[in-house]
Amino acid sequence: MEFLVGHYNYWIFVFLMMLGFYVVVARGNLVKKIVGLNIFQASVFLLYISIGKVLGGTAPIIVDGGGPATYSNPLPHVLILTAIVVGVATTALGLSLVVRINEAYGTIEEDEISGMDKEP
Amino acid sequence: MIAAHYAALQVVAPLIAAPLCVLLRRGALAWLVTVAVSWIALAIAIQLLVQVMATGPVSYELGGWAAPWGIEYRVDSVNAFVLLIVSGISAVAAPYAHHTVVREIPEDRHYLFYSAYLLCLTGLLGITITGDAFNVFVFLEISSLSSYALISLGGERKALTAAYQYLVMGTIGATFFLIGVGLIYAMTGTLNMADIAARLDPVEHTRTVLAAFAFIIVGLGLKLALFPLHLWLPNAYAYAPSAVTVLLAATATKVAVYTMLRFVFTLFGADFALDVTFFAEFLIALALVGVFAASITAVFQNNVKRMLAYSSVAQVGYMMLGVGFFSVTGLTGGIVHLFNHALMKGALFMALGAVFYRLGSVRIEHMRGLGRQMPLTMFAFVLGGLSLIGLPLTVGFISKWYLILAALERGWWPIAGLILLSSLLAVAYVWRVVEAAYFRDPPPDRPRATEAPLALLVPTWILTLANFYFGIDTSVTVGVAADAARALLGEGG
Amino acid sequence: MTGGQTMVLAVLAPLAGAVAIAASHRHPNRREAATLVTAAALFALTASLLAPVMAGERPRAILWEIVPGISIGFEAEPLGMVFALVASFLWIVTSVYSIGYMRGHREENQTRFYVCFAIALSSAIGVAFAANMFTLFVFYEALTLSTYPLVTHHGTDEARRGGRTYLGLLLLTSIAFQLLAIVWTWAVAGTLDFAAGGILEGKASPALAGILLLLYVFGIGKAALMPFHRWLPAAMVAPTPVSALLHAVAVVKAGVFTVLKVTVYVFGIDLLADVHARDLLLYVAAFTIIAASLIAIREDNLKRRLAYSTVSQLSYIVLGAMLVTEASVIGSGIHIAMHAFGKITLFFCAGAILVAAHKTNVSDLDGIGRAMPITMCAFLVGALSVIGLPPLGGSWSKFLLALGAAGAGQYVFVGVLMLSTLLNVAYLLPPVVRAFFLPPPDADGRRISFSEAPPACLVSICVTAAGSVLLFFFADLLYVLLEPIAITTR
Repeated sequence: MEFLVGHYNYWIFVFLMMLGFYVVVARGNLVKKIVGLNIFQASVFLLYISIGKVLGGTAPIIVDGGGPATYSNPLPHVLILTAIVVGVATTALGLSLVVRINEAYGTIEEDEISGMDKEP
Repeated sequence: MIAAHYAALQVVAPLIAAPLCVLLRRGALAWLVTVAVSWIALAIAIQLLVQVMATGPVSYELGGWAAPWGIEYRVDSVNAFVLLIVSGISAVAAPYAHHTVVREIPEDRHYLFYSAYLLCLTGLLGITITGDAFNVFVFLEISSLSSYALISLGGERKALTAAYQYLVMGTIGATFFLIGVGLIYAMTGTLNMADIAARLDPVEHTRTVLAAFAFIIVGLGLKLALFPLHLWLPNAYAYAPSAVTVLLAATATKVAVYTMLRFVFTLFGADFALDVTFFAEFLIALALVGVFAASITAVFQNNVKRMLAYSSVAQVGYMMLGVGFFSVTGLTGGIVHLFNHALMKGALFMALGAVFYRLGSVRIEHMRGLGRQMPLTMFAFVLGGLSLIGLPLTVGFISKWYLILAALERGWWPIAGLILLSSLLAVAYVWRVVEAAYFRDPPPDRPRATEAPLALLVPTWILTLANFYFGIDTSVTVGVAADAARALLGEGG
Repeated sequence: MTGGQTMVLAVLAPLAGAVAIAASHRHPNRREAATLVTAAALFALTASLLAPVMAGERPRAILWEIVPGISIGFEAEPLGMVFALVASFLWIVTSVYSIGYMRGHREENQTRFYVCFAIALSSAIGVAFAANMFTLFVFYEALTLSTYPLVTHHGTDEARRGGRTYLGLLLLTSIAFQLLAIVWTWAVAGTLDFAAGGILEGKASPALAGILLLLYVFGIGKAALMPFHRWLPAAMVAPTPVSALLHAVAVVKAGVFTVLKVTVYVFGIDLLADVHARDLLLYVAAFTIIAASLIAIREDNLKRRLAYSTVSQLSYIVLGAMLVTEASVIGSGIHIAMHAFGKITLFFCAGAILVAAHKTNVSDLDGIGRAMPITMCAFLVGALSVIGLPPLGGSWSKFLLALGAAGAGQYVFVGVLMLSTLLNVAYLLPPVVRAFFLPPPDADGRRISFSEAPPACLVSICVTAAGSVLLFFFADLLYVLLEPIAITTR
């Protein structure tokens, strides 16, 4: 029980990751796949942030010469800021591809699209 | 002086040139910039390789922040060689791009094409040169995002679905990789590769590190199209614009293979990887199944670009085989195959690009009788094909020689036999094209094709002849690869 | 000029010739002149090496190293001399014949034909003079690839199918088995250089040597040992000069030559004597000899019949190599030359019949001896030489092989050789008998509407037939030349 509750942040990460992954795999709608991909990525953001958190720690800001005794590791936050930017770019590119696919095929359902492109 | 900053310039030059292309807004000018930057990148890569071979690894502190805190660019014999491959291919592919781009892409998007091309180059060079694990992820995404865009520029609408599929799978791969890096960071508190390698020992047997290893291998496996994670590759290569196929086929998977080498051998260490139950056996099994499955699929493709794409999946199998042997000879074979495969696939896809330029199709039934109408292009294809098969005096032979030797060294002679049998499958698919092009009459409804323009032929033949040059004089390639293999296995060098 | 330079030139000369041929593709006369000049030059170059080699010299030329320890290099030794001399001399004759045949038959793509022919000859000479197994393999594969366009020359469905079998089988065996054996040899012995007495002695256990031997002998698909013999009949779709020079001489002899070379210089006669896999190969070779002869009897197509005869005759050489006695190894070496002259004569005659009478089947040959007496007499000479009757060259090699088999106490194989001689008679003499003693089918109605083949063909036929006779009287030269290869060290 201690193991389960004590690591609740990791359980959330695992749950979100699986959820996102499931959506990507199981949904045929191209937009929904992107949404799944987003959830998948967001779970990793949580993982990074929770790694850096020290219980009872504060932000590492130096006030009047002396810093706080315990502070959370700021580096994962910085890293994840980069990852979020990457995620946004991926989403944008993915969605714009979906728009183009819709223009070309008139649908964004995976099954219908693959049916339209059978090799002659 | 400027020589001290070569390592940074290697990445920064194409990075700056990319927005410049957008500002120029003229396709032709953007092309000139791309060619110039590619050549500069090649010159820098050669400089770096010479420097590394002469004086040992080069370390560069980005922004003057000392390593483990700042981002370090670190060039040793392994990645100096990969830098040479990437920039070398780009230096040949960029001049080649102009004609095919004019033919295949709407004019208002030319400058965007070159911009994305340069970003892709930036990403590939960045992954290779950096000594920081998180930085690898960033560059991985730079190259991936730009390659999704590049693939979607392909003429057919299937290019869009191919790009989308690649985007989804590529993002999953990159995210897996990111999880792995995060877990390593949690255990070691550092992102600098050399630092991680030093600090990983005490925590080596924790489950977290094992999980990190698994995530990173799977993530990179997706990026390098390790069977059965290769599903995105055939369509992506088949429907991308010709110049993009050349660049991606010759460099993208190679860089991913390099990254795997780096993580398995430098970060985790060969001992750790060998301790992981069945990792080596698993890798070899996947590689062999991949080689055969992909080669057999290739035999039945009617779109020749797709055929060669499946062949690329098979060739990645050879590289992984070299990794799986965990010996100097095996790694030498694997690493030298990085270079050699770049040469053969570069040459083959360039020849196909020239065919597409004239015919507007690369389907095998449309290529009938082409040997007479486009003799130089098709002969380059034949020679590239011979190299792919691995006949002596070509680069393909050199790679196979080392891989077979490595298998025999371990006493696994059935694997040596399988490697050779698989090259016969290459004979089967290459010969389908040869037969169609040389011993069949052209289809009556096809207008007579003429020889491709010189601007396409010259780069094609440069790479084709390189296939033979480096198959005969292997002192540079095998020398560097052996050096790199020893460095990775920690046996000096 | 040193011997080494001569060998390099001998390999380069046909390539230069190929360029000259391609350059003069608009002028058939100039093109054919280029072929003839090149062929003559090549023969002069190889012949100039004969005296030094007979004096015991071994000229060498190492050109460059591909990877450390593995180089492209040439060395002249007795076996290679025999092969190179036979191939280059018969190229001159075949060139003369081709001119008559290709023009008489109005073939297309003649330039491609002559270019590929020259490249194939360059490869054959490379095989003959190779100083190590790697160099030999390079030229062996080059020979396969350069002859492929010749097999598919006509571009018909049948030609393409034949070409596919040809290329498929030859590449299958060479890549899957031979290359494996080569890499393995390198891994075990640390060298691939041919050396008197072998390079595996003391390095490979008899069991490993057995595996290697099987890989080598089956890997050398050009030796046409069953079950990898089908490419040879398939190659018969090619124009006749190709079948004559390449598929009776250059290509197939490159195969058995490689077998001999591996036997003598890689394994060494002494080591091989201890290898049990040898027995298996002896029986495979014996089976091939008999089975191919039986198939030949049933083949009606003359060229295919000759092809199966070649399959059978090639196994004589493999048999001789595997018997590893002095007489049998030398007999094998001599058989390379003897069979070459006999079989090329037969193919020339088959081609002449095709050009003059447009007949390809044995059953159509009734009575054509009256219209083509010279051709059919030459056919008889060639047939008797292949059968092995004195006073024709083939008798010596067969005698030596039988002597070797008896010397080794393997009387079964003496029997095999005798039986095969009878079978040879059964499939080689009927065409002659039909030609001379049966009436032509249309004799009652009209007169036979054809006569002898073009003079260029006829001259070539006479030269090779005369060669078969001369070889009987000068076989001693070959014996003296080849004697050093069979010296044992024990």
